Amino acid sequence: MELFKKLKKHTKMSFLNYGIVIVFYIVIQILAMSGHLTNSLKGQLIPIVSYVIMALALNLVVGISGELSLGHAGFMSVGAFSGVVVSMSMAGSAPEPVRLICAILIGALLAGLAGVIIGIPVLRLNGDYLAIVTLAFGEIIKNVMNCLYVGVDGAGIHVSFKDAGSLGMAADGKILINGPIGANGVTKLSTFMAGTVLLIIVLIIIQNLVNSRTGLAIMAIRDNRIAAEASGVPVTKYKLIAFVTSAAIAGAAGALYALNYSTIAPKKFDFNTSILVLVFVVLGGIGNMTGSIIAAALLTILPELLRKFADYRMLIYAIVLIIVMIATNNEKVRAFVNGLKKKPAQEEAK
Amino acid sequence: MSDKAQTPVLQTSHLGIDFGGLTAVDEFNISIAPTEIKGLIGPNGAGKTTIFNLLTKVYQPSRGTILLDGKDTRNMSPVQVNHAGIARTFQNIRLFDQLTVEENVKIGLHDHVKYGMFSGIFRLPSFWKEEKRAHERALELLDIFGMANEADVRADSLPYGAQRRLEIVRALATQPKLLLLDEPAAGMNPSETEELMNNIKKIRDEFNIAVMLIEHDMNLVMGICENIVVVNFGKIIAEGTPTQIQNDPQVIEAYLGGRKEED
Repeated sequence: MELFKKLKKHTKMSFLNYGIVIVFYIVIQILAMSGHLTNSLKGQLIPIVSYVIMALALNLVVGISGELSLGHAGFMSVGAFSGVVVSMSMAGSAPEPVRLICAILIGALLAGLAGVIIGIPVLRLNGDYLAIVTLAFGEIIKNVMNCLYVGVDGAGIHVSFKDAGSLGMAADGKILINGPIGANGVTKLSTFMAGTVLLIIVLIIIQNLVNSRTGLAIMAIRDNRIAAEASGVPVTKYKLIAFVTSAAIAGAAGALYALNYSTIAPKKFDFNTSILVLVFVVLGGIGNMTGSIIAAALLTILPELLRKFADYRMLIYAIVLIIVMIATNNEKVRAFVNGLKKKPAQEEAK
Repeated sequence: MSDKAQTPVLQTSHLGIDFGGLTAVDEFNISIAPTEIKGLIGPNGAGKTTIFNLLTKVYQPSRGTILLDGKDTRNMSPVQVNHAGIARTFQNIRLFDQLTVEENVKIGLHDHVKYGMFSGIFRLPSFWKEEKRAHERALELLDIFGMANEADVRADSLPYGAQRRLEIVRALATQPKLLLLDEPAAGMNPSETEELMNNIKKIRDEFNIAVMLIEHDMNLVMGICENIVVVNFGKIIAEGTPTQIQNDPQVIEAYLGGRKEED
């Protein structure tokens, strides 16, 4: 305990986050072993982990870099479909965990590449303009995915933007991505354990990045761009680092998410998904990683838990969102929570 | 001109900038010796801060050249100008509000802490070594102004005077050859100003750098500046030692509107 007190505040926060994830994993495992895990919750585990990772990725841009991105579902989409192509084209030639790891890595890589291509023009803008342009790019990615056809045969991978017939595949060819229909017959490779491991790795990357020279530079630009430049911090470089890291992590989340379903269509990753993830970030607290984890997990489970309200489900979901929003921004509620936090410390002092 | 043998740390010639049809600065020629303390004074709106913004390339000059240590800064960005040796503070304080005092100084050290993004993520030995060095250096620099015990305080919760001092420490951390101070004593009481004066001299002597400062507090300007440049309407109207400036009729006219100053 003495040792723990000596640690810096942000180191404590980092360990708190690892702790939350590990405890969550253990609790779910215990529930599963004792047979208390309902099927609907079981089906939600990987989406929960994926959305938590998405929320962390977006928080890196919104909270740490201070730029609003409304197109993060686009990067998730790039990761999802490249992950599907990688895992399916490796079918039979590699064991399942290897296929999953390759799918996530390539998904992250390609989403990161998309982040570079989009980030270079977009990051010249600030504030609202940047938000609108990221929104546009998110839609562009969705529409590109809508007319993307990918197939694989003995000769390798074929890509077309016209239709499935123009892929020109041999007789043994198999269509992996079929335009707006998306991917069919995907082998479900994602497991809750793999998701948890990925989540821990993502947490390590984001938290260590934030608590390093790089993260400090990114936050300095957020707080005062002119002063950062005058202090010798290259603004574009660090904005791009934050944006691309975030895009790559979103791609990894996308691959994990897609490989949990047998069918996945491009329209899953539309504007609504971008906004949903933004809601997680805002409700969890901008720049607060712990908040992102909790908000993303709870709000992903919530619609399932509200299923007994049947038709009123989304209505209650919306009311809960509003209540949380009001509560977290209410000074009295905040003062109350801060009071709870301070009490133990004061007692010690006495 | 005894220091002609030394290359000036900063030399400008015919420097000027127009905003639309308005000429904000014109024919601005100065030369700063390597360890000189130079004052830049003038009435409100004379273009003093604009000159700082030109020197640090926040504004691109419309004409003229800036030689920093003999090198032309024509194609440099504000970041490159900082790396080349000019650091500054701001008239309206620009700290990194949500970061701590120590972290603000570490941003100043950014270019001098040598580890990459990957050593940061994977916490390689270079991360620990360089972070320790940066931490020690930051505390050393803060100690100049006696602020080392406030290292973990958030920058925006510091009192006004301390925020101004922190800006100077952050600028010093970038290891400049020339430090530009934009109204460092604004909002300080006489005793704080006195302390600031001593500290500016101490910084110049310890770090062997040149300082140029904009200031309205004449006690400070006359007390520490070896040379003073007076600008009005974007042009230099007088240049010389404090005594010369105090007796210059053009300066008196600019400040007092044509009547002789009675002391």
